Amino acid sequence: MSEAPKDLKYTKSHEWVRTEDDGTVTVGITDHAQELLGDLVFVEAPEAGSSVEAGAACATVESVKAASDIYAPIAGEVTEANEELADSPEKVNESPFDEGWLFRMKPANAGDLDGLMDADAYAAHVEAES
Amino acid sequence: MTLKKTPLHAAHERAGAKLVDFAGWEMPLHYGSQMEEHKKVRAGAGMFDVSHMRVVDIHGPQAQAFLRYLLANDVAKLKTEGRALYSCMLNERGGVIDDLIIYWLGGDAYRAVVNAATAEGDIAHMQSVAQDFDVRVEPRPEFALIAVQGPEAVAKTLPLLPEDLRGAGELKPFSALWNDQWFVARTGYTGEDGFEVMLPAAEAEGFWQALLDAGVDPVGLGARDTLRLEAGMNLYGTDMDTEISPLTANLGWTVALKDAERDFIGRAAIEREKAAGVQQRLVGVVLEGRGVLRGGTRIVTDAGDGEVTSGSFAPSLGVSVGFARVPAAAADAERLEAEIRGKRLPVRVVRPVFVRNGEPQIELPSA
Repeated sequence: MSEAPKDLKYTKSHEWVRTEDDGTVTVGITDHAQELLGDLVFVEAPEAGSSVEAGAACATVESVKAASDIYAPIAGEVTEANEELADSPEKVNESPFDEGWLFRMKPANAGDLDGLMDADAYAAHVEAES
Repeated sequence: MTLKKTPLHAAHERAGAKLVDFAGWEMPLHYGSQMEEHKKVRAGAGMFDVSHMRVVDIHGPQAQAFLRYLLANDVAKLKTEGRALYSCMLNERGGVIDDLIIYWLGGDAYRAVVNAATAEGDIAHMQSVAQDFDVRVEPRPEFALIAVQGPEAVAKTLPLLPEDLRGAGELKPFSALWNDQWFVARTGYTGEDGFEVMLPAAEAEGFWQALLDAGVDPVGLGARDTLRLEAGMNLYGTDMDTEISPLTANLGWTVALKDAERDFIGRAAIEREKAAGVQQRLVGVVLEGRGVLRGGTRIVTDAGDGEVTSGSFAPSLGVSVGFARVPAAAADAERLEAEIRGKRLPVRVVRPVFVRNGEPQIELPSA
């Protein structure tokens, strides 16, 4: 069973969301997702300043096997993308919850985070999918 | 449907393989990291369970005449016992039923190795054509097949072979040596040196374990695909099929038309296609932007659209490469465009061989 930290929120499409002290949120893909994708070779992150709707495809990760869309977990404005991934996409495989984060965003409405799953609900979701 | 298992299935499970359905067989996709497995074959030695591929023995007084009619390449080119030939088996329309390797075992005996997905249909076709010849077509499903590939493959494999087959170290590429039970060929699907070994199923696990102990890593079908793509080798069902002629699959070199007296299935269609002018060609493409070419990626040319047949990130090169079937008029262009997620990115057109013996065969964009 892959790891899913307790302090994060999760989507059904296998993104994780962490609330930072300044009210922005960091988004990445879960350990389970990177395992399914296999070795990542390319990450196309959203541009800082772009507005995204909840559930909209806003980034792409490509593994040796396939391309996969990343969906915005909530509505908001992208504030920063992880530039490191341009040269080192393998960081997503090696450290999905930490160095392999994809982008940060300012939520349109902080309350939207409540609609996401906690770690237990996500674990159950992964279990149900497999 | 229950998936078929090779004699090495238990060994794959022990090694933590991610197992997937491949043509009705439960086969290892990877054992953890496709990328590392790929690199191990380029830099050291890796092994593949290819026991799902089918060995078919062909023998009888008219074996040569039968194969000269059945196959687009000409087995009369095989002058030395143990030599092998790569060939397509065509239908009357000139489409490819399968691609295979055929070995001459001396006298009136030959051995073919065909793809897993097409094996049943291939055998039915062979047996049907064989009715007009004094020849027997005999599937040999009892063999296990292990490919050991990489610059260190030969040295690591030789001491583990039966003693009477250790001369395999002297084998030229595309040649084989065998005894009553084992068959060792200097062939492969990676662009590296190595062997493909056929052996009795009961001995497969022991040989696999001995290779593991010698430092040969297991490699799954995922890396097998990126290795063969880099090596410029076609994949049946992806780069050609029953509706695609070898002339549009970069396999014209395997169609032997020299002997005008030799009729073979598909010859008339191929000659008509040649006379009319081949409409499409399969070229190599290197993506000059960020992204990954995939099968089905649209290629935009002045002469109309083309399509990527095989495409992937090339782990040995750090860029994405592929084969693209494009209008013949566009095949000599220096650059074309690939459409990836709505964006048009430049691709360089190259001879479709990207890596050989660990060395890049294309110019890489400077980092």
